[in-house]
Amino acid sequence: MLVRRPGDASIRTGAPNGVLNGRNVLIDESVVEGVIATALRTGGDFAEVFAEDRRGSLARLDDGRVEELTSGRERGAGIRVVAGETTGFAHTSDLSESGLRAAAEAAAAAARGGGGGLRIAPLSRLEAPMPNSVDVLPESVPKSDKVDLLRRADESARGAGAAIRQVSAVYGDSRRRILVANSEGVLASDDQVKTRFAVSCVASGDAGMQTGRESIGSTVGFELFKTVDVDELGRLAANRALTKLKARPAPSGSLPVVIKRGSGGVLFHEACGHGLEADHIAKEVSVFAGKVGERVASPLVTLVDDGTMGPEWGALAIDDEGHPAGRNVLIENGVLTDYMWDWLRSRKEGRRSSGNGRRESYQHLPMVRMTNTYVLAGEDDPDEIIRQTPHGVYVAQLGGGQVNTATGDFVFGMTEAYLIEDGEITEPLRDANLIGNGPEVLRNIDVVGNDFAMGPPGTCGKKGQGVPVGDGQPTLRVTALTIGGTAR
Amino acid sequence: MTDLLGLASRVAGWARDGEQVEAYVARGHDTEVVVFEGEVESLSSAESAGIGIRVINGPRQGFAYAGSLDPEVVEETLAEARDNAGFATDDEFVGLASPDGVPAADLNLWRDDLASFPASEKVSLALELDRAVRAGDPRIRQVQASEWGDGALESAVATSTGIAASSRRTSCYLSAYAVAGSGSETQTGGGYSVGRSPADLDLEKAAGDAVERATRLLGAVKPRSAHLTVVFEPRITASILGILAGTLDGESVLKGRSLFANRLGEEVSVASVTLVDDPTDAEAYGATRYDAEGLATRRNVLIERGVLQRFLYNTYSARRAGTASTASAVRGGFKSAPGTGARALALVPGTLSPAEVLSKVGDGLMVQSISGVHSGVNPVSGDFSVGAEGMLIKNGELAGPVREFTIASTIQRMLGGVVAIGDDLERLPSNAAGVTLAVADVSMSGA
Repeated sequence: MLVRRPGDASIRTGAPNGVLNGRNVLIDESVVEGVIATALRTGGDFAEVFAEDRRGSLARLDDGRVEELTSGRERGAGIRVVAGETTGFAHTSDLSESGLRAAAEAAAAAARGGGGGLRIAPLSRLEAPMPNSVDVLPESVPKSDKVDLLRRADESARGAGAAIRQVSAVYGDSRRRILVANSEGVLASDDQVKTRFAVSCVASGDAGMQTGRESIGSTVGFELFKTVDVDELGRLAANRALTKLKARPAPSGSLPVVIKRGSGGVLFHEACGHGLEADHIAKEVSVFAGKVGERVASPLVTLVDDGTMGPEWGALAIDDEGHPAGRNVLIENGVLTDYMWDWLRSRKEGRRSSGNGRRESYQHLPMVRMTNTYVLAGEDDPDEIIRQTPHGVYVAQLGGGQVNTATGDFVFGMTEAYLIEDGEITEPLRDANLIGNGPEVLRNIDVVGNDFAMGPPGTCGKKGQGVPVGDGQPTLRVTALTIGGTAR
Repeated sequence: MTDLLGLASRVAGWARDGEQVEAYVARGHDTEVVVFEGEVESLSSAESAGIGIRVINGPRQGFAYAGSLDPEVVEETLAEARDNAGFATDDEFVGLASPDGVPAADLNLWRDDLASFPASEKVSLALELDRAVRAGDPRIRQVQASEWGDGALESAVATSTGIAASSRRTSCYLSAYAVAGSGSETQTGGGYSVGRSPADLDLEKAAGDAVERATRLLGAVKPRSAHLTVVFEPRITASILGILAGTLDGESVLKGRSLFANRLGEEVSVASVTLVDDPTDAEAYGATRYDAEGLATRRNVLIERGVLQRFLYNTYSARRAGTASTASAVRGGFKSAPGTGARALALVPGTLSPAEVLSKVGDGLMVQSISGVHSGVNPVSGDFSVGAEGMLIKNGELAGPVREFTIASTIQRMLGGVVAIGDDLERLPSNAAGVTLAVADVSMSGA
């Protein structure tokens, strides 16, 4: 499930080097070795220590007031022991040697492994390339600078029109240092810095209230605001709300849908991304199980999941199991080429992890998760796609989505959409969900534009764990989707 | 073990002249067992603790939190909250709660038998649930996960303005998510049982619900688009009440973000609708003696016989609105300052059994699951559009299963369109209880 903070973003490439070159080690190597040995003392096939130190700050302006600044810190370690088919897990906020050993014993007891005598591989440090640079650590920036951004966004949004009744703006940053070590010899660390900004507006008119939202987020530091103009974000959010004051109820029933570049990645995230996660495949609760090598989408569709795509929101040097992030082609010209893998599922298949093992925090077990998921550009002119659509819906911004991987049925919400009449974009529509079935929709993509954009930062929820993800796509058309409006 | 109230009170006592300090301290212990194909897939045990500190310095507020109760960390957190307060806009209404004389309800939400329930028993129950679902029907092809989960949460809040409150609660659940198959077709359905101690749980019901809900959807087709009367199962009604709660939040109302602003005293629904938020009801999942600011909780009637009576307030929003807090402060754990929210919403049940509701509806649609609530419901404009699965209703009885369609309306229209309320109040693991609810004139978009 992708909860979206909509907006526009384009791909930027980060220069090498930055302020994070010395990645700090959270726990001493010798302590890590001892903890892994403790975790395996009563048996088990695998043990892992995942340590994390996370700091973040958040500033929110609402109703013309900077309500409060929040900052927080959490640190701790999660310890996983795998014995046969069973995983034992425990976590602690005590990173001392004794604290870690106690957690290791709890995880081992939970796994209740028999036997023992597993050989532990000596740790060997992995230095994965950073996906991007960080020039200005958010913690080095005066709080007043962060607050100034909020005031500017508020002013520009209110300046967009008298019908703007309410504005809220949020600035957020986080720095997450992790260390992963396991009994197979993996020892890796990462220092992940993310910065984001969002503006939401409420406009009020004769027909009631409408909302508009715009957001941006990158795996970079405060230098984000050298390229992002918060005044512009404020205006965009406000104009979106103002436009929707004139919106009419969305149609009800099946219609062609054209999705603007950068606003429909969530469709692929839900329609096939989740169904290509190896845990769903292994449990046979995916419509894509057993279909590698088969055609599952229109030949116009090539789908990639790419954790190395810096500085996008889902970028990482290593995943939360210590494996390097990868660029993984999942569907190539419509043919299913591979699934996404974490350590547990790849081990069972005797293959390498694709770098998709992620977790919300040290308090959670890792799972197969997406990073940045996107469809490659095609060959058609985006304007021509609209011109050649006699009657349909144009989606310019999406909310979020949700899928049932077992049936493939998914929904996603449109927060800015228009009617297409006689090949032209006409009236704005009120918010509504669209529903489709993954494999059907993938086959029904009949034109793919030669443009491309990544979408706004998202948070993907799976079994209650949220992780940052990105997505993107060119302008494209689906020949039929069910639009959940109320128009008669 | 740290004495939580002692710690919170100590921190509140560090307030300087002209300053108010609030400390919220929480500690939890959780266990989760996941079973797949008759084997334990994972067993997690977790202990966590943290503190959130709010500092109000004159007209400004700051907040900081830490996932640790280490004395040094606690001091750093207070200093950080103090520093953060310096950057907020002056706001004459900020302030902490003060004791208001309302006595706390006599609720005992803690069960010692959960603490002493051995891990091996939890594993056995999850395995037994898995077996029961598999044995429930030959068409059950897979059980995606059978789970046991439990949690024990203790928290305390103290302020330099005289608040000192602590509470604790236990909870546990069994849940299963079944996959039914027939030929190349697959359908899914979930079941669960929730309680405060293992003795409260009903394994047969959890298994039976998962089996019934997955198998009855086999053969589901995409329906033709129509406008019809929709019957929500209790768990769907609870989700909808949860959405409604957001529109009755006093802060949203003050900030011009609620479709109910300026409508107090007006008819917003049909007369059969009475909506109450009552965290003092011991049977409610969200029951609690104190709200997140340490005020005793109370029973709040929000809509009475269709007339909008009250919004929910915490201390800040109440001061701004010129009224008293309804003790509706909530927090997402120690990591956030208090917002406002409902904890134990329920519609006053009607007199019809679920079968009688169907019979009254005649022809329509029964909804058993919805999806895309976060992307398809706009609590400001009231637009409501979600994906759904369920059964058509013909001549007052469940007919064929349907899937891959949406239902849409507006929150305003749905409240006005209630045609029947069931007598089947169901306690659910959320901030709302469920009841069978029939609503007329909803758009169903399908083929």
